[in-house]
Amino acid sequence: MQLTDLEKAMLDGVNGRAKAAAMDLLVRYGEAVGAERLVETNNVAGAFNASTPSVRHIVDKGFDAVYSELNLDSDEIVEIPHMAVDTWQLITGIDNDNWKIQGVDESLITMQRESEAYLGERSINMCATCTPYQVGNVPVKGEHCAWMESSAVIYCNSVLGARTNVEGKESTGAAGLTGRIPYWGYHLPENRFGTHQIELDFPVHDMMDWGILGYFIGEMVEENRPVINNVLHHPNMIKLKHFGAAAASSGGVEMFHIPGITAEANSLAEAFGPNKPVEVFRFGQRERLETYQKLQSATDRKVDFIMLGCPHNSIEQVALIAELLRGKTIHHDTELWVHTPRAIKQVAERNGYLKTIEQAGAVVMSDTCPAISRRLPKGVRVIATDSAKQAHYLPAIANVQGWFGSVTDCVEAAITGSWQGGMS
Amino acid sequence: MTLQTATPIIIKGRSVVAGKASGEALVTTETISGWGGINEREGTIIERRHELVGQSFAGKILLFPGAKGSSGWSAFFHMTRLNKVSPAAMLFTRMTTKMALGAVVTRVPAMTDFDQDPFELIESGDRVEVDADAGEIRIFKKVKQPG
Repeated sequence: MQLTDLEKAMLDGVNGRAKAAAMDLLVRYGEAVGAERLVETNNVAGAFNASTPSVRHIVDKGFDAVYSELNLDSDEIVEIPHMAVDTWQLITGIDNDNWKIQGVDESLITMQRESEAYLGERSINMCATCTPYQVGNVPVKGEHCAWMESSAVIYCNSVLGARTNVEGKESTGAAGLTGRIPYWGYHLPENRFGTHQIELDFPVHDMMDWGILGYFIGEMVEENRPVINNVLHHPNMIKLKHFGAAAASSGGVEMFHIPGITAEANSLAEAFGPNKPVEVFRFGQRERLETYQKLQSATDRKVDFIMLGCPHNSIEQVALIAELLRGKTIHHDTELWVHTPRAIKQVAERNGYLKTIEQAGAVVMSDTCPAISRRLPKGVRVIATDSAKQAHYLPAIANVQGWFGSVTDCVEAAITGSWQGGMS
Repeated sequence: MTLQTATPIIIKGRSVVAGKASGEALVTTETISGWGGINEREGTIIERRHELVGQSFAGKILLFPGAKGSSGWSAFFHMTRLNKVSPAAMLFTRMTTKMALGAVVTRVPAMTDFDQDPFELIESGDRVEVDADAGEIRIFKKVKQPG
């Protein structure tokens, strides 16, 4: 791989051991993918926080040891300096306020808070959400980023037209310290054109259907780049967020185009550029029903736990849940957790949504989610969620049955304790 | 006891992570999720609709198309190394950043860009020697014992 003089100097340790370790990882990684060079980035979003029991034995050696092992893949414990470029912490393991409800041991929340203080001193911004684009990190078109979080990456590439691969803990750790990432994959304009065409025969409109469509497309195209044609109802951020998260879960989709809607495709021709569609798939009522069935892993209708807010909810979604819960009480055998970024939770509190949701007996969580934390209320056997992504992952992670449906069906299940969801 | 053929089949490919390893092959034509798809403490596949669900890849020569799903892929395979339940080697056919970074931090020999289709030639249970330094895989097919 070709390195600039500055990059060579970093590799040689001229700027300290941490940058040398970071550059060493970027070179190993860049050569593994076959990149010819690195590219400068000033927008890094990764996972740095120490918040799980599995890292405690490393924390005992100090937070430099955590960063060195888990964020740089370095055998040597290096002293971590201030980040070289703008760097953000994505979702983390523990809700700093609701940790007791999560069943977190006090020593673990103390560890997370100490970890955050360490990272904060090094200017890693604690947005603590899977949706940095909802709370102030909105890259501009063409901006080179180094982001983790598959649902954020697909949004960044597709909706915003900024450029990132799906990075990992180690590569974002190295990028924050060097401002570099391999120039490969989605950083190159020629790799961003569509490959597969999806023709909509069903007028996809509500959030649930956008989630189902994403899940269907991910299974069909795997890690390729779908172009969705014949979209009759203009989707908003919430729907595209759900769609992308689903497509990135069932497949490995990192970028899609919707002509006239997403950043790099004003037309079908622009979406495909020099490519011809490899395959054309159709999404109609049959595909919609089949995919809805695939997302159900439950048979027992008695629901113990409802999870809303994957990816983290926007203020409009929190407002809708508050409206559905107004004056109601959730079933005594059922728990409902609503997940939203901490900054949005503050707005929800100011608006009174938080109070309405809490008066119904539900909890508004921030910073984390059950799949990331692997923490659910005790004794949960059956869950329900409005997220195709969560319906995909949580049953495997937590060994529970899962229902998937609309937010209205989920809130209804929380109130009655019974799953009666369905689709027309 | 499983018998193997004496003469290996040889496939050439590109080294992603250098090194040598040998062991029993575990083959899937389905991509694998890291976060949410494996148990990193036990080295097993947990994705509920995966054809290898419940099976262990620890110490195996893992042949699969590549990585899918969450960006926690590398971190979870990184943890399989720290927990000593990583695959012995990774052979894959579709390069992505998740796959490359995951192979790099798992620090086991890894190869891709093969001159023949490995899925045609390698089955679970075959004995496979991976020499990423030489860019070569040697396959000793399992032989079913008579009776």
